[in-house]
Amino acid sequence: MRHIFQVRIGPAGFRVGSDWRAPIAELERLYAGYPAPENGVPDFTVRLFAARPWRRWLRPAVTLGGDFVLPDAAPLPLSQGLLAAEMAMNLQMALGQRRYLLLHASAVEREGRAVLMTGLSGAGKSTLAALLGARGWRLMGDEFALIDPATGMVHAFPRLVSLKNAAIGVVGDAVPQARFGPLLAGTPKGDIRHLVPDPQAVARMDEPAQPALLLFPRFGFAIAQRDLGPSEIFVRLTQASTNYVALGERGFDAMTRVVRDVPARAIDYPNAEAAIQQVEALWNAL
Amino acid sequence: MAERLYRAAAADALRIVPLDDFTVIFHRPSGLTHLVTAPAPEILALLSEDVLTRNALLACLGAQFDLGDASAEALDARLGELVATGLVETA
Repeated sequence: MRHIFQVRIGPAGFRVGSDWRAPIAELERLYAGYPAPENGVPDFTVRLFAARPWRRWLRPAVTLGGDFVLPDAAPLPLSQGLLAAEMAMNLQMALGQRRYLLLHASAVEREGRAVLMTGLSGAGKSTLAALLGARGWRLMGDEFALIDPATGMVHAFPRLVSLKNAAIGVVGDAVPQARFGPLLAGTPKGDIRHLVPDPQAVARMDEPAQPALLLFPRFGFAIAQRDLGPSEIFVRLTQASTNYVALGERGFDAMTRVVRDVPARAIDYPNAEAAIQQVEALWNAL
Repeated sequence: MAERLYRAAAADALRIVPLDDFTVIFHRPSGLTHLVTAPAPEILALLSEDVLTRNALLACLGAQFDLGDASAEALDARLGELVATGLVETA
């Protein structure tokens, strides 16, 4: 491919090739503080390409390629090339990662112990992780928490934090000094803006943490908390894992260990401040 | 005709982890995870110790648990499900 970008995010090395310079330039700018893949060998390859040669210039449309693809993924306009790259990188992790049990969860760490927050899109995973990251927690990731089946430890995957719609303003107001990507308006997921994890999150991304609290946040409801039984946690976490089945017995061991060892709570919240207070209170009560 | 005999899958084929009212079982030969509730764990426990006919299994379950109005037909249905998943085998 004409333009190449390589990066390591946590344990995963990526090589992104593109027919266009612009998405690569954005990636270089936003991932400026990140290392290259171990020994220069990426784990996953992503390609951003024009489905037809003239589509490089004429209404340029970015088609996603890579080791793993979704056959019916629609191309994105070149102005959303950064989003295309991020989506394709996530897809490689979701479908190709075999070393860790992947949970669709955000994670923050304090004193070697981690809070994992999982839920459907819109639950506030990314927003809460970004806000906690600005309040003394180490951001470990906003999309995937990687559980090592051998140790039960959670490993960081601090990619760019994907903020959507109202979360863009909430986080922008809370951490105005942070670095952000361009506002990508009108994407298939609404408005998106990427937050660059702070330097500490990148510098310490190879430090795993002990999962200590598992939260199922839900945005848009009055403040409430609920305990979950182990079987409900098991079902919700297997639904939140993209590679549980692929990992076979290692996945079963890792999953039952999380369910057995990590206290869990469902929290409803009407606004970010209420959620932060609930997280801090539950953490202090551990 | 001789009555059909049932036994649990080999012990090393199953990983059984009780959670609460539910038990989660990993079936190694298929790589599938099953979330089951009573009476499946109890049936598996009995059939891991003995090869039993359906009637003998029903008697054993009745001796250990208050089965209420449990019927042979209902047990047949549960056994059919367990055989279909490979957790129980016919001998």
